[in-house]
Amino acid sequence: MNRIGIVVALIAFLVGLSVATFAELRVFLPAILRGAVVTVHVATLSIALFLLLSVVAGIGRAYGAAPVRWLSVLYIEVFRGTSLLVILFWMFFVMPEFGLFLSPVAAGVLGIGLNFGAYGAEVVRGALAAVPRGQTEATIALNMSAFRRMTRIVLPQAVAIMIPGLVNLTIELVKATALVSAVTLSDITYAAVQQNQLHFRTVEIFSITLMLYYCLAQFVRFGGAALEDRFSRHRARRA
Amino acid sequence: MDWRWDFTFEVVLPRIWQAAGVTVWATVVSFLLALVGGLVLMLLKTHRSAWISRPATEFIEVIRATPLLVQIFFLFFLLPEVGITLPPLTTGILALAIYNSTLCAEVYRAGFQAVPSGQWEACVALNMSTYRTYKDVIIPQSLPPIVPALGNYLVAIFKETPLLSFVAVAEIMQVSKLIGSEYYRFTEAITVAGIFFLVMSLVAAFLIRLVDQYVKRSILH
Repeated sequence: MNRIGIVVALIAFLVGLSVATFAELRVFLPAILRGAVVTVHVATLSIALFLLLSVVAGIGRAYGAAPVRWLSVLYIEVFRGTSLLVILFWMFFVMPEFGLFLSPVAAGVLGIGLNFGAYGAEVVRGALAAVPRGQTEATIALNMSAFRRMTRIVLPQAVAIMIPGLVNLTIELVKATALVSAVTLSDITYAAVQQNQLHFRTVEIFSITLMLYYCLAQFVRFGGAALEDRFSRHRARRA
Repeated sequence: MDWRWDFTFEVVLPRIWQAAGVTVWATVVSFLLALVGGLVLMLLKTHRSAWISRPATEFIEVIRATPLLVQIFFLFFLLPEVGITLPPLTTGILALAIYNSTLCAEVYRAGFQAVPSGQWEACVALNMSTYRTYKDVIIPQSLPPIVPALGNYLVAIFKETPLLSFVAVAEIMQVSKLIGSEYYRFTEAITVAGIFFLVMSLVAAFLIRLVDQYVKRSILH
C-alpha cells in the first residue's frame, strides 16, 4: 500500500533528521515525545468513550422509546452545536462551580468523548438505517426476540457500514486532542509551543510535530482498514 | 453554584457581543478564502500532469491529517521568522482558510465526479463549447450535492474560530477567558459563550437547509 510507504519514509526521515542534526534535536525532541505519550493516553481513553457514546446514543435515537429518543436527540444536538474548545473550558472551569472537580485528563477525555460521540451517533444511526429492511422483516418472520435481532442480525451488518465513518471521526478525534493543552495538559502541541519559545527553532519543531500527528492519523487509518476488511467478510464471501 | 445575573448582563453580554463581531468576521472571510482556495486545489489535484497533481494531492493529505491548532501555531511563529509580520487575526484567518480549502477541494471533486460521464459525452456530441458545457450542464448538476456540504463547512469553520484564542485574537473564547481571569468568575462568561455557539450553529444549520431547498428547487425543478 502506498500510504504505508509514506509513513515508513516519514519515520525514516525523522530518524535521519535526528542523526543529521543530533545536537539540535536532542534538546527539544525528548519533551515533544513526552508530549506524544500524553496525547496517545488522552486519545486512547477518549476513543473508548467516543465509541461507547456513539453506539448508545445512535441506537437510542434509532430504536429507543420516546424519552430515550428525546434524550439522545438533545445530547446529539447540544454537543454537535457547540465548539469543542468551549466544552473543554466549560468542563474544566465551570464544572467545579457545580461541585464536580475534574482532573485535566478527565476533563479532556470527557469533553472530547462527549463531543465526538454526538457526531458518531449520527454515523451509527445512518448505518442502522442502511441495513436492508428485509433483514428486520425476516427476523420478525422467524420470531426472533428484539435483543437477538439487534445483536445477531442488524448490528453485525451495520458495523460493516459504520466503520469508514467512525474511522474518519477517530482521525478527527486524534487531531482534536491538540486542544487539551487548553486544560493544562502538556501534550505534543503544548510541548512544541513551549520548546519553540525556549529554542526558537520553529521550522524543525513544528515539522516534527506535524509529522507526529500525521503518523498517528495514518496508524488509525491502517487499523480502520484492517477492521473494515474483517467486518465486511460476509459481503466478500457472498459475492 | 452562584450565578449572578447582574454580572451576566452588565459585563459579560456587552463584551461578548463585541467579540462576536470578530468571530463572525473571521468565519466569513476564511470561508470565502476557502471556497476560492478549494477550487484552485481541486483544479491542481485533477490536473493531467502528475508533476502538478501529485504534490497537490499530498499537500491536501498532510493538511487534512494534522491538527488545525498546530497549523495555526506554525504559521503564527513561522511568518515573523521569514520576515512577514501580520496581525494575529490575519494569521488565524489564513490558517483557517488553508485548512478548510483542502476540505472544500474534496467537496468540489466529489460534486463534479457525481455528474455522469454521459453528460460530458452528450455535450461533445452536441458540439457545445467548453464554457456552455460547464455553465449549462455540468455546474447546475454538480451544485445540489456541493451546497449542503459547503454549508456544513461554514458551520464547522464557525466552531473552529475559538482556536484563534490560542494566538490571542480577541474573539469570543478569548474574551470570555479574559473576563474570567479579570473578575475570577468563569461560570457566566464561558456558559454564555457556549450558548452563543449553540444558538448560532442551530440558526446557521436552519439557514443552510433553506438555501439547500432553494438550490434543489430552482435547478432541478
